[in-house]
Order: sequence, then structure tokens, then C-alpha cells
Amino acid sequence: MSAEPTRPADPETGTVTTGHDWDGITELDTPLPRWWLWTFYATVVWGLGYTIAYPAWPMLTEATGGVLGYSSRAEVQTQIARQAEANADIAARLAAASFEEIAADPALYTFAEAGGAAVFRAQCSQCHGAGAAGSPGYPNLLDDDWLWGGTAEKIYATINHGIRWEADPDTRYSEMPAFGDEGLLSDAEIEAVADHVLALSGQADAPEGGADLFADNCAACHGDAGEGLPEMGAPRLSDAIWLYGGDRVAVIATIARSRHGVMPAWGARLSEAELRQVTHYVHSLGGGQRASGD
Amino acid sequence: MSMTTEAPGALYAAREPVFPKAVSGPFRRLKWAIMVMTLAIYYVTPWIRWDRGPHLPDQAVLVDLAGRRFFFFWIEIWPQEFYYVAGMLIMAGVGLFLFTSVLGRVWCGYACPQTVWVDLYQHVERWIDGDRNAQFRLLKRRWDGDKMRRRAAKWAIWLLIALATGGAWIFYFADAPTLAYRFAAGAAPIVAYATVALLTATTFVLGGFMREQVCLYMCPWPRIQAAMLDETSLTVTYKDWRGEPRGKHRKAEGAEQLGDCVDCNACVAVCPTGVDIRQGQQLGCITCALCIDACDDIMAKVGKPRGLIDYFSLADERLARAGKPSLPAWRRVLRPRVFVYTALWAGIGLAMLTALFLRDTIDLTVRHDRNPVYVTLSDGSIRNGYEVRLLNRNPEPNIFRLSVDADGRYLRLTVAGADASALPVAADETRKLRVFLTAPAGTPLPGRTEVVLWVENLHTRERAAYTTHFSAPSQGDRP
Repeated sequence: MSAEPTRPADPETGTVTTGHDWDGITELDTPLPRWWLWTFYATVVWGLGYTIAYPAWPMLTEATGGVLGYSSRAEVQTQIARQAEANADIAARLAAASFEEIAADPALYTFAEAGGAAVFRAQCSQCHGAGAAGSPGYPNLLDDDWLWGGTAEKIYATINHGIRWEADPDTRYSEMPAFGDEGLLSDAEIEAVADHVLALSGQADAPEGGADLFADNCAACHGDAGEGLPEMGAPRLSDAIWLYGGDRVAVIATIARSRHGVMPAWGARLSEAELRQVTHYVHSLGGGQRASGD
Repeated sequence: MSMTTEAPGALYAAREPVFPKAVSGPFRRLKWAIMVMTLAIYYVTPWIRWDRGPHLPDQAVLVDLAGRRFFFFWIEIWPQEFYYVAGMLIMAGVGLFLFTSVLGRVWCGYACPQTVWVDLYQHVERWIDGDRNAQFRLLKRRWDGDKMRRRAAKWAIWLLIALATGGAWIFYFADAPTLAYRFAAGAAPIVAYATVALLTATTFVLGGFMREQVCLYMCPWPRIQAAMLDETSLTVTYKDWRGEPRGKHRKAEGAEQLGDCVDCNACVAVCPTGVDIRQGQQLGCITCALCIDACDDIMAKVGKPRGLIDYFSLADERLARAGKPSLPAWRRVLRPRVFVYTALWAGIGLAMLTALFLRDTIDLTVRHDRNPVYVTLSDGSIRNGYEVRLLNRNPEPNIFRLSVDADGRYLRLTVAGADASALPVAADETRKLRVFLTAPAGTPLPGRTEVVLWVENLHTRERAAYTTHFSAPSQGDRP
């Protein structure tokens, strides 16, 4: 750096000015402290070292990996593994516990509820909704109406083996015929049955002949009064809850074409602890039934 | 700061070492007292015990990060009450403005940790190396055995002080005796060692080597204070109208023309930031008043009145130059900005105290489910779900009862997995519940009904309420 002895010094401070003059205002050229310069060099050295140690420089296909072999994905996996290891004991306890024991043990209860909520959000919410309220064709899990039973054990079986999931030998099938498509009932008969079904829940007046048709074709599974049969997956028809819609058109469509909903069997995809967690979670959403009150 | 450049136009300047000379006097004694007080507060506070019963920690001041609690003697702050901490910080800021507007940079001169620790380090330096001149000589000397021994001794003591500084800090965040034992045994969390290492390093470097560079280049406060000072604020002032022209040779011809300043440089020698106060107010002056002590000493020796350098305001300076007496002290204190700062400071403090004493020991928060807002049950009844948190700030476990108010009498309240009339909540904890309100089928309901949930502590009979709502299908949507 060549010194510029021509630049004037400020008479008050003795410091050299920048040499610029704006209408009589000059600017002091106060030198930076030397340690500031060294600090700056140190950050440059640190920065270079950092880009060598960690992934940094973009190349044609991907960035340089860094000599430390660090990646954020590996870090997340390490954290997940550490979390799983920390939870290993309670997960093993959970996998061995009955649902009564889970409900009675605050530690298991909290673990099952939090873990179940996570599993539900990841695996179940696509069909049943983030709030578990379902949508037409996908059951609402908040209410007290259950196609295949609402005790924890029954919910567990449903999640484990799925519905109409052919890969699982223990999966559930509910076989309602398509009364219209298969020519089992005429259009007029289907309408009569539909009106009878609506009458069961007090939504319409009972039509002539509907009761006989219902008794002959439907009561075997749905019961004489439409009370349903969870062992067969036959829904209760006398209540206020309709999976595929409860108006006359929707009920006629259901009888004429049948509905064969499908749910995957999760036993092959989730661990025993995760299955119990999500079972507990679904059971705790508000509609879960106790074993004795089933 | 007498900043001389190495060459005209040099971009960088090396630090000029400052070796302040030992000084005695009233301001030095005041600095001693404040140093002892502030260091004692810092080191002793985490060891004070405070009995809060069997369920809570017994450390008087504790920032429990893992448990999300802040304990300060009888006060306990939960994370959602962080506004108390914000209020304290605002009070600290306004308090700094208040003190600065009346007394100038007293914070810098007496209470700032940088000032206190540098002062402590300089005492160590004088003890090992000798006073100002001996330190100068030692610096210039080649590295012989004596110099190496002295340097090693000085840096070792500095490091010990730094270690104690960093070490004390972590005790605010965990039970001090337990952590001290575990720290010594090598069983403390890694973050404790990292914190101590970092604070030891910064104390050692900032206190031992950076010193006044921190005040001059790193700290924003010397800049901010320019907006805080006014012409009635106290600053350390050299009374040039009395001192000039300065001169040493009192017996020389024309000595009767000279002012009181004997140009002994005592004020410069004792300055911890190395400024010459006779150049007037400047960034480097932290108003520690050690030059006042030094000059008063000299004035006494040469038989002149004290106070050639003194705490003085610009307003007083103007009066003094005109030969008039200074304003009385109350004129300096009683002025609008002092009142405004005091009112602000006291107002925030009173508001926080009031809020603190009025705050309940129990509380509840309620979040109404939005997805879905209501559920139709098989019998046609309508149910709403809520996430309810019960807060028990009592130092012992209590049983709470949750109920829905009279206007919502037709609504049935149930709690998932628990009995709403007897809900145990642990000491100083929050309990999260899933709560349902159910309206029987056929209840005439508007789309939205306001409901109040009450929680009662069955031990103390204290109650708290939360207003939320109950959603139902609008009349046209009913099945």
C-alpha cells in the first residue's frame, strides 16, 4: 500500500481525511483496528475449511460431499434411530400390553396417543381425513357407529387385516349383492326397499310391501329392524349415520349397485407397537366402545 | 482515544497497549465497592436456596430450560408468561436511559461487565508485573526466564478467573450443587462444558487482550448514548478554562500566565481506555472518573482546589465560562425527560407487579376441534370435541373438576379416558385432555352456541373459566 502523504490531516484529531471535500465537509479516514483484519482472515480460513469439510460446492450433477461425509438426511436418520432406540423399552411394553392396560397406564397412554396420531397422519388421513371425520365412502372414525365393531380389539383386527384386501388371508369381506345390477330386484322393488330402509330411521313412511322385501333380502345381515351385524360388516340402518349418504337417491344407488369399499391391511406395513398405537388413537377419538358394552 | 496512524492513509492500525496506573481516591473506592457487589451477586446468586416444597426445585434463581420454567425466589414464570421477561428487559433498557440522562455513562464506568472484569484483570496485571512503568518495561524486554514466568503466572490467574466466570454461568441453568459435582466428575452434559469453554475463552480474550477495543469498536452503547445525553447530563470534563494554558515550569518566566494544569499526565496515565480527557468529550471515555481521583491528588499536592477534572455538564460548563455558579443539582434531575423515563419505568414495573399478584394459580385453555366442527352420533345427537389444557401452578398435586356452565345445561360433558369430576393434575404441570360436549338429538340449536367451560380446584375452591362455542349443523342441514 503506497502512502499518500498529500492527503490532509484533520486538525482536531490528527487523523488523515479521505481527501474528499463536500461543501467544506470532509470525512475522517480512521484506520480499522488490525485485529479486525485478522478476524476477517480467520473467517475466510474457516469458510474455506468449512466448504472442504461439509457439502458445499455445486458440481455438474451434485454438490461436493465434504471430507466429513456429513449429510442432513443421514443426520435425520440418526436422530430417528436414536429416538427409536430411546423408545425401544416402552414400545416393547406397548406391543405386549392389552388395550385395557394401555388405557390404565398414563405412560403407555401418552405414548400410544402421540405415536398413534403420527401414524394416523402419515397413513390413514389420506382417506379418513386429518381430523378422522371421513367423507362419503370413507368412514367417520369420530362417531359411535362401527361397521366391524368399535372395541379396541375389533378396531385392531380391522386395521391389521384390512377390508377386502386380498393379499391378507384374514381380511374382511362384506358381501352385499348388487340387487339391481345382478337383476335380483326390479327397480320398483328397490325403491320400495329403499323407502323401508328410510322408514327404519324415521325418515319416511313405511311403504306397502317394503317390509316383506326387506325381510327376504336384507334382514339376514342387517337384522329385522336394521340393527346391523358387525360380525358381517353389515351397517346399522336405523341410525343417523350413512357412509354413502342417507338420502333416497343414495340409498337406492347403494341397493342397486352395492358398494365394496377397500382398506389396506396394515399388519404387513406397521410394527406391532405402531398397530397398537394407531388402534388406541382411533379408539380414543370419541367413538371407541368398551369390551363389556359391545 | 489518541489514534495515531502508522503512516498517513494506513488502512489498519495496531492496538496501542494501555497500562493504566494504580490510583486511589473516592471514585476508586466506589469502583471497588461496585465491583465487589456485582461480582458477589453474579457468583453467589445460583447458590441461594429457596424452599418450594417437595415437588419443585429449591434453587432461588433457576432457568429450567428442560422443564420450561423460570424460578426467581417466590416468582415462577411459565413459557407463556414470557412477557414478564420482556417487561424486565424493557425496564432494564429504560432504566439505562434514565441513568444516562442524569448521570451520563455511569453504566460504562462502573457496572458494565466488560469494565468490571477488565478492572479485575488489570489488578492482577499490576500485582504480577508491577505498575504502569514496570509493565511498559516488561513489554519491551526480550523473552527471558523472568518475563516468561510472569506471563505464565498472569495468564494462569486470568484463566482461573475466566473459568470461574464461565463456570458460574451454567449454575443458573441447573441445580448448582449437583451440577458442580457432576461437572467436576466429568459427568455433566456436553453443553455445560461447551458453555464454560466458550465463556472462559471470551472472558480471557475480552478481559485480557481486547479491553478498550470492545468499548471502541464492538459495543453499540457508546454510539447510542449520544442520543441519550443532553447538555444537563453529567460527563467527565476537563475545565480547560481553568487549566489552560497548561505548563510544567511553574518557576519559569511568564509562569503567572499559566492555568492550573501542570501537565503531569496523571489523568492520561490512569485512564483504562488510554484517552486524554483534556481533549474533551470522546467515545473512549467511559466516565469511570479515575482521572478525577488522579488529578485531585495532584491538585492537593500543588495547593490548588480540587476538581480541575470533574463530573460536569455542558450547561454548567457554559455558566462556568461566563463566571456564573453551576445550576443546583435538582435542576439537573427535575426535568421532563427524567420524569418521562421514570414514569415509563415505574409504570411498566407496577403493571407487571399487579399482573403478578392478580394471576391465578389455576387456568385452562380450550381449543375447539375444527376438523370436523361437529360429529353426528348414531342416535342423532351432536357432539363437539375440544382439546383442553388444565394448568396447575400450585406446588402440590391437585384434583380439578371440569364442568360446562348453566347456559349450556343441555350439553353433556365427558372426558376421554378420565372422570370430569375428579381430574388429578400434577404439581406445577399442565394436563392435556380430550373433552366432548354432546347435545341430545332433537335439541333446538343454532349453528353456533357460546359455552363456558369451568375448572375448579377441589382443594382450594379456586375457579377459572374459558369461553368457547358449540357448533351444530345449521337447521337446513339436519337429517
